[in-house]
Amino acid sequence: MSENMETLTDANFDEQVKSSDVPVLVDFWAEWCGPCKMISPVLEEIADEQAGKIRIGKLNIDDNLDVTRRYEVMSIPTLILFKDGEPQARLIGAKPKAQLLEEISAYL
Amino acid sequence: MPEHRKVVIVGSGPAGLTAALYTARAQLHPLVIEGEPSSTSDQPGGQLMLTTDVENYPGFVDGVMGPELMGMMRAQALRFEAELRTAKVSRLDLSPWPFEVWVGDPQADEPTVVADTLIIATGARSLMLGVPNEDRLLGYGVSTCATCDGFFFRGQHIAVAGGGDSAMEEAIFLARFGSKVSVIHRRDELRASKIMRERAFANPKIEFKWNSLVTDIIGDTKVSALRLRDTVTGEESDLDATGLFVAIGHEPNSSLLKGQIELEDNGYVRTFDGSTRTSVDGVFACGDVQDDYYRQAVTSAGSGCMAAIDAERWLEAKGE
Repeated sequence: MSENMETLTDANFDEQVKSSDVPVLVDFWAEWCGPCKMISPVLEEIADEQAGKIRIGKLNIDDNLDVTRRYEVMSIPTLILFKDGEPQARLIGAKPKAQLLEEISAYL
Repeated sequence: MPEHRKVVIVGSGPAGLTAALYTARAQLHPLVIEGEPSSTSDQPGGQLMLTTDVENYPGFVDGVMGPELMGMMRAQALRFEAELRTAKVSRLDLSPWPFEVWVGDPQADEPTVVADTLIIATGARSLMLGVPNEDRLLGYGVSTCATCDGFFFRGQHIAVAGGGDSAMEEAIFLARFGSKVSVIHRRDELRASKIMRERAFANPKIEFKWNSLVTDIIGDTKVSALRLRDTVTGEESDLDATGLFVAIGHEPNSSLLKGQIELEDNGYVRTFDGSTRTSVDGVFACGDVQDDYYRQAVTSAGSGCMAAIDAERWLEAKGE
């Protein structure tokens, strides 16, 4: 995994996301989800290319039900973009890189 | 100058990757344009990426997970130096030869790559119901991927629309999570195979809503109920399900070919004489884009092998 990818958990979520200076894109995923695995390398590329402008964190929904429930995630992969600790955009389903970049570009 | 290839394969399910394996072993250096990430079956790896246990692929005594099987097929094609590109074909022009293939901007003056032979393995994708609120609630209770989303419906009443094998498979899988699974089917008997039917009938959590159509999906921010219409009496009723999984069938991914190649009335690519030859000389089709009857991983892989051999012999006859 790219060193620019972070691991988020129920325990560190508020600290990592709420107090971040830059937007944080949270990837809600699970081991058993095929499309989640497919977008993983895409997210790593974005994390490397946009380092400093955005942080990307992976949150395993199996292990972190509190945050998953708090944001009412009902489908994975779901990507939620947080700015100043508040969710700004929600992207549901795997998407190609160009489309992901386009949808988050307004918040960078 | 666009890149020139002897073989370009469009699609990377069992058909595309088997065609890649065979043409790579035949030293034809195939380029596979495998598609882009998506949560529908139109993605690298194809429909098996959205399944869990595959119990009927020969050689796997205890079954294999769909994404794992596709990972192995991909690795095997790569081992023989097939080149895989994670991109989507945006346009094909089959009138000149070599055939022209665009990736990215379909209006670009020059194609991205030109190909002596083209193997079409673009597969099929799930049909949606096309009812009000379906798009709006996709991801908020409406799903096309039971393996991705079943988890979120633990203890809830889940509905599955459809009556074929994939609908039964989803219903049985979802019964692990839901308090109850209602299969909504427009007729009074299932199209599913006997083994899948019997498994579904034997599952105490699965009930059947026969002769029923979903006409609307109800819910502000997430699904709270489904409106059903009885196809015999015309009566409407609400079902208090909070999840809806759609498995009503497939349509072929053949839109790139429209007007350029002979298609069957239902949009599937027409192949000739029990081979993978199409109406355009040098273009071969394999897998679900040309098969609305068998539609199995193993038959797809088999026809991918046929397409590779057909393409190889075509190139030989052409003296290439």
